[in-house]
Amino acid sequence: MTRIFVQLRAELMLLIRNGEQLLLTLIIPVVLLGFFGTVDILPTGDIDSIDFLVPGIIAVAIMSTSMVSLGIATGFERSYQVLKRLGATPLTRGELVIAKILTVFVVELVQIAVLLPIGFAQGWRPAGSTAAFVIVAVLLGTSAFAGIGLILAGSLRAEINLAAQNGLYLVLLLLGGMIISQDSLPGPMAQVSLALPSSALAEFLRSSLNGNGQLLAPGAVLTAWAIVAPLVAARRFRWS
Amino acid sequence: MLCGYEEFVRKVEVMAVVVENLTVRYGDITAVNDVSFVAPSAGVTVILGPNGAGKTSTIEVCEGFRRPTSGSVSVLGLDPQRQHRELTYRMGVMLQGGGVYPSARVNDVVSHFCALYGKKVNATDLIERVGLTSRAKSTWRRLSGGEQQRLSLALALAGQPDVLFLDEPTSGVDIDGRDTIRSIIVDATQQGTTVVLASHDMAEAQKVATHVVLFQQGTVIADAPLAEITQSRKRLRFSSLATLDTLALSQAIGSLVNHQGEGVFEITAESSARLVGRITQWLSEQQLPLLGIDLGEETLEDAYRRLTGDTQ
Repeated sequence: MTRIFVQLRAELMLLIRNGEQLLLTLIIPVVLLGFFGTVDILPTGDIDSIDFLVPGIIAVAIMSTSMVSLGIATGFERSYQVLKRLGATPLTRGELVIAKILTVFVVELVQIAVLLPIGFAQGWRPAGSTAAFVIVAVLLGTSAFAGIGLILAGSLRAEINLAAQNGLYLVLLLLGGMIISQDSLPGPMAQVSLALPSSALAEFLRSSLNGNGQLLAPGAVLTAWAIVAPLVAARRFRWS
Repeated sequence: MLCGYEEFVRKVEVMAVVVENLTVRYGDITAVNDVSFVAPSAGVTVILGPNGAGKTSTIEVCEGFRRPTSGSVSVLGLDPQRQHRELTYRMGVMLQGGGVYPSARVNDVVSHFCALYGKKVNATDLIERVGLTSRAKSTWRRLSGGEQQRLSLALALAGQPDVLFLDEPTSGVDIDGRDTIRSIIVDATQQGTTVVLASHDMAEAQKVATHVVLFQQGTVIADAPLAEITQSRKRLRFSSLATLDTLALSQAIGSLVNHQGEGVFEITAESSARLVGRITQWLSEQQLPLLGIDLGEETLEDAYRRLTGDTQ
């Protein structure tokens, strides 16, 4: 347990030192919520734009942290032989993975603590009464996106991984029902979107926080991603 | 087979590292081919050889990073693969390069590693020991190559290891840094730590080695104490004109004379006043100058060239 916290502390310190990580995990979601919450230009379907945006941006924040930030950092750690070097210490792989997951949760807590007041300031009020569902959504979303991020980080060269993570982030951001409603997408694209983890997470959070919409269908899709992606990552991951 | 196993067990008791019939293959390429050697406890065993000779692959198997294709390895009586966890508490590792996140600061990363081992090693003292106190707040990316090597050595020492694996520790290090690293290696062995060091720098290796394993193209061509390898034959070198008739001189002195190139000649024989006298007399008779003479013993490089049949 001590080693996990030693590693957690080191991971958090590195995160703070890496300005680009903070930009990705904190500043981009804050800017997106602040801007689109104020300027009503997004097609959000039948829902009020702020009701659509707050859960969607929380989903963006989770994706940024657990997929892109974790994936890019891990890819470079592999490339710099940091993981190999840690492998020669008493820190086990399991302890390293737990420390990384805890780091993601700490960052997500900070993100949510920053985003919710901005949402409140813009008039958003949660109508859902299911905090438990929100926690489930965060856990499942983290598992799914961390799995995807580690699949890329564990199999691609660091520079290609960097490009792939950013490219995928953009695709999921635009097609994943996070800031643009799936109703606004062309038919086939909207159908594909329903199977994406980003859509499932955003929709599950919307249903939980706003107290309307479906939980079952997005919950099933999100659960599937949350199980399959880490399993594939564990099988494909190369430590050095 | 029982005799072989008993022999293996006996070696493990006195040797920190025992490598038996190790083979490492990468696809069709055989990097290490049926290699056996030992590293005595509390000594400095230097694994020497040119780039691509199989040194790093062998060290990585000993560290537990790489699975051998065949053969067995014991480090402190432990199997590096199956007992890797136990070994990590007793092993220090310095990789050939990298191993630290570029934005990590020296004091943070040393404190981090000391804490991971939990052996109450003082990070500040360790940074001072490797001569990086003035760079304690610098990040890895701002350190020079030599400073990065010294930081890597500090990380290898963070767990007060019983065995230290160092892969090219003085590569890219300046003279002062080399002195520091050498002194740390000697200190460590005096405290009972076994050091296994891979290098292609024979002159540097000779300064610290107590035991030498010479690699060539994935095989071991010699495995013996340094003194045994370099004293097994002696040599005398002298310089004169490149046109010197080596055959005539060989006949005159009764020992084989080899031209090493650029007017340097080598005689593989015990240096003696009589031999030197014969050479100077012959040179005088032939009206050839004696431009220099070296009565020293074989260097590791000499021994390597002799053992590999490389006369250049």
